[in-house]
Amino acid sequence: MLLIFFLVTTSMDTDMGLARRLPQPPDPDQEDAQVDIKSRNIMYVRLNAAGQLWVKDETFNDYVDISVLRQRAKDFVRNEQNYSKWPEKHVKNIDLLGRCFVTDKHVISVQTDRGTPYNAYFQVQNELVAAYSELRNEISKEKFHREYQYLSDDEKKAIREYYPQNISEAEPKKYGGTQ
Amino acid sequence: MAAGFKRKEGREMVEMNTSSLPDLIFTILFFFMMVTTMREVTLKVKFTVPQGTELEKLEKKSAVSFIYVGPPTDQLRAQMGSGTRIQLNDRYAEPREVMDFVAAERQGMRNEADQIISIKADQGTQMGYITDIKEVLRKSWALRLNYSASRRN
Repeated sequence: MLLIFFLVTTSMDTDMGLARRLPQPPDPDQEDAQVDIKSRNIMYVRLNAAGQLWVKDETFNDYVDISVLRQRAKDFVRNEQNYSKWPEKHVKNIDLLGRCFVTDKHVISVQTDRGTPYNAYFQVQNELVAAYSELRNEISKEKFHREYQYLSDDEKKAIREYYPQNISEAEPKKYGGTQ
Repeated sequence: MAAGFKRKEGREMVEMNTSSLPDLIFTILFFFMMVTTMREVTLKVKFTVPQGTELEKLEKKSAVSFIYVGPPTDQLRAQMGSGTRIQLNDRYAEPREVMDFVAAERQGMRNEADQIISIKADQGTQMGYITDIKEVLRKSWALRLNYSASRRN
């Protein structure tokens, strides 16, 4: 009896999900400080009401398929050749890693329409997080010879400083399409 | 050898010893008690969460509050229509009520900064609803978010 009771009233599902962090609420006292970001540092990822993906940076401006977003984001954030149209690199001293050439000023800006299907948005977030975690794995293998998840907390912090997750989400706009 | 087999034929069937059966049942019972969680709310919305690859498990269940977003379940559709609804606890709510919900959930928590909001939304939900919720969450300083999803293989 008791066994059957528990079988009926409980659920086995382990809850999983994509963890994200929201930015802090805007300070009312503060003036609208428009932060100027060089256009080479921004990659726009836009989703329209039909769920179509548009990627724009200094080198590229077109609709793309979700399957290429990860590689695009990786190339953009890494900027291996120090290409002048991708995020600028500068020297930064990071504990445990020493002097590094990093692109920590880059921003990936995700914009959605109010009519964008949630699934499309989720897949974009998923691919961007995947891009960052692949980049972090690469650098941690190179520097510490282990995957990111096996690093100590200090080492993880150093890697996070090397590749910070700068995903900004602007308020959704209407680029046409339905409400 | 042949003689050995013959002797067995004459034996009677022995009843299985069932004295350990209660122990077994109890073991299974305790197993279920440990691995499952009580279902806290009755769902009034229907949703299929999206699938992803970069998922993290939700640790510390006590710090997690759920917001469900989706169309009403089949039984309720006749009364409530099929538009997207937001469910907080056991009832439908408006996006602005999320603020009170967050504050109420925060009451019992030991460490308020640990609060995680898990959004369980249907794949087809329009982003407008999600954005409204996110905007309110941001205002109420519930910044740790989790988009509930299932693993894609």
